[in-house]
Amino acid sequence: MKQKDIEQIIHDDHTGMSLIVKTVARMMIAVIILFAFYIILYGHLTPGGGFAGGVILAIAYTLMMLAFSRKMALHKFSDFWASFWDNIGMLAFIILGFLGLNSGYFLYNFIWHGKPFHLVSAGIIPLANIAIGVKVGACLYAIFIGLSIYGRLIIKEEE
Amino acid sequence: MVVYILDMVILVIGIYCLIAKRHLIKKIIGMVLMEYSVNLFLILIGYRHNGIAPILMPDENRVHFAQYGVDPLPQALVLTSIVIGLGTLALMAAYAMRLYEKYRTFDMSEIRRLKG
Amino acid sequence: MASVMLPLSVGIPLLSAVLILLIGKAWRNAGALFAPITTLITLVFAIDLLGADAGTYWMGGWPPPFGIVLVLDSVSKVLLLVVNMVAFLASVYAVSYMQKYTAQNKFYALFILMLAGMNGVVLTGDLFNLYVFLEIASIASYALVGFGVEHEELEAGFKYLVLGTIASTMLLVGIAIVYNLTGSVNMADVARFVSGMPPNKALLFALAMFLFGFGLKAGLVPFHAWLPDAHPSAPAPVSAMLSGVLIKAIGVYPLIRITYSVFGAPNIILNLILWLGVISAVVGVFLALGQYDIKRLMAYHSVSQMGYVAIGIGLGTPLGIAAALFHMFNHALFKSLLFLSAGSLESATGTRDLRQMGGLKKKMPITSLATATGSLSIAGVPPFNGFFSKLLIIIAAIMAKQYVAAGVAAFVSLLTLASFTKVMKYSLLGKLNEKYERLKESPVLMAIVLTILSVLCLGVGLFYNYFMDSIFNPAANDLLNQAKYISMVIGG
Repeated sequence: MKQKDIEQIIHDDHTGMSLIVKTVARMMIAVIILFAFYIILYGHLTPGGGFAGGVILAIAYTLMMLAFSRKMALHKFSDFWASFWDNIGMLAFIILGFLGLNSGYFLYNFIWHGKPFHLVSAGIIPLANIAIGVKVGACLYAIFIGLSIYGRLIIKEEE
Repeated sequence: MVVYILDMVILVIGIYCLIAKRHLIKKIIGMVLMEYSVNLFLILIGYRHNGIAPILMPDENRVHFAQYGVDPLPQALVLTSIVIGLGTLALMAAYAMRLYEKYRTFDMSEIRRLKG
Repeated sequence: MASVMLPLSVGIPLLSAVLILLIGKAWRNAGALFAPITTLITLVFAIDLLGADAGTYWMGGWPPPFGIVLVLDSVSKVLLLVVNMVAFLASVYAVSYMQKYTAQNKFYALFILMLAGMNGVVLTGDLFNLYVFLEIASIASYALVGFGVEHEELEAGFKYLVLGTIASTMLLVGIAIVYNLTGSVNMADVARFVSGMPPNKALLFALAMFLFGFGLKAGLVPFHAWLPDAHPSAPAPVSAMLSGVLIKAIGVYPLIRITYSVFGAPNIILNLILWLGVISAVVGVFLALGQYDIKRLMAYHSVSQMGYVAIGIGLGTPLGIAAALFHMFNHALFKSLLFLSAGSLESATGTRDLRQMGGLKKKMPITSLATATGSLSIAGVPPFNGFFSKLLIIIAAIMAKQYVAAGVAAFVSLLTLASFTKVMKYSLLGKLNEKYERLKESPVLMAIVLTILSVLCLGVGLFYNYFMDSIFNPAANDLLNQAKYISMVIGG
């Protein structure tokens, strides 16, 4: 998709929702993604963590799909890459578990723990949170793509 | 005690909805009700009035902590169970769509090819 | 401190499932290569662990009851061996059988995930962890049942999904009640608490929840409605896994473990299991008698054979439990053999209806021999393995003065023989249908798997004494010794 097409989707009233929704969504999506990263990165200090942050991350892309159009969302983050990052997140978590074997136990917290209540602390827990966040975000988005594209196919067939 | 009973009422409604309703989407809603009532049950077990975060710092008053610190385990269990519920929900929605594609109906009483 | 193979039995399948999906994006045959290798590795682990000492593994280095602990005792060893053996053979069979399906990599990934879940259930020593692994295995199996995405498969899969979800929810309610009463989800810790407590209605209620949940997953009779739909609908290797090991690994095994090791086998629950077993044995075999769909018939026999296992467990004597475990082992062998050979017959003839087959003996000698071996084993004809375990269950029932159960078990055995005589008569003997003139023997890999399973069926039958003494009797003694389990997990 070229820059011109993107411009057209943004300003066209016929694809996606109305101009008001599009304008608000365009401002909000970046903030939502930022918030998701905050929840993921501070998961070991505050309530939240990989799963909650990942859900928020997925919601940002789902909002993009709802407000603009399926075409736009798939251009930014296609189903192939969603599935790819889903697998990468899970792979990273399992490899983290296997690295612990080096220090004696599966999933052992082998990194220096640091001072409590600082961002760099708690050993592998922030890393595990990042892996889970990536996995959950990509996975939920992939589920949404799967259900919406497949549902659209059924409706088309019916018509 | 009343909250536990009300929670079990939600559970029973969920099971009823899952089994007795014929519409696939209503079945899915029943499944969600059922899962969430159990999550609520776990949360009720771990709930403490005026609870504090269960992090024991070196300068914490141990007696006060033991009295008011909430139980962190049910929260971890609930989070895990929510994730599992999400997976089941997604699979169920996918099944409902596939069934609709094949049978052209959401009515479970018309989806009857298996017998015997 | 047990060996590192315990977490690896769960971790390597998980890793492999991800790698199959990841590499499968670029290379279509990734699954067909990785799945048999993974199952071979876990099978080697399982065989190696047979000789290992009993012990525990602390996940992440956290001691019980705070952390999750994996427990290896003589019961887990049996189940681990069964699960991985059948999984290896089924995955080798799948390499050849799944050629005609699309999206093979997703199939293999789900298959391996199901294996990871079952290994986890068998090894874990923590109630909630058991629930999580059980859900991993269950969700993978829900998806696998509907893998063919045709009318019947989807309907069966949805039915299984609905009933399985209710069972899982009930299990979670049971776990929540146990946690509320004892303040722990570690099985040994709960057991220590329960053994020092007077009889308690809430605990019995929790145990009833467990009985419902695991009974549904095991397909015992009042809860069996999903099983004859779901098991035949899946592709043949998955049918073999579901009927061969899944109903045992996530149904019967947790039921045994929780009744005996955790709750100390209260009599009321044992009686309930015994009578559920008697009813399952009778109802399953009667429903099977009228079937002409070959895979559906076998699925009903799974219900009936699980009834035998439940009878053995419900007796509560060392011989009864050992015989039940032995029958579980045998059932895994011959039921997976039967389902795999039914898959061969189906993919050759294109039908599952017994009335349209016939005279296949001449065209497919190896498959026919395998079908005959499986049928004779399940019917309990002397040199094969099914005979000895059924005989031991009947003897154990008589010794425990449960004459009704013993009589029913003997009677059901006769009906099973009748039912499988019908299978052999319709499919193997008789006149060859004209349209099957050009039929060929099934591909090499499938034939090899069938041969291995047939030899195992016969071999276990011939050396049953050795197997009972070395594997199953110690397992039964371990199950009855609750104090030893507690001291092994908490004290070790």
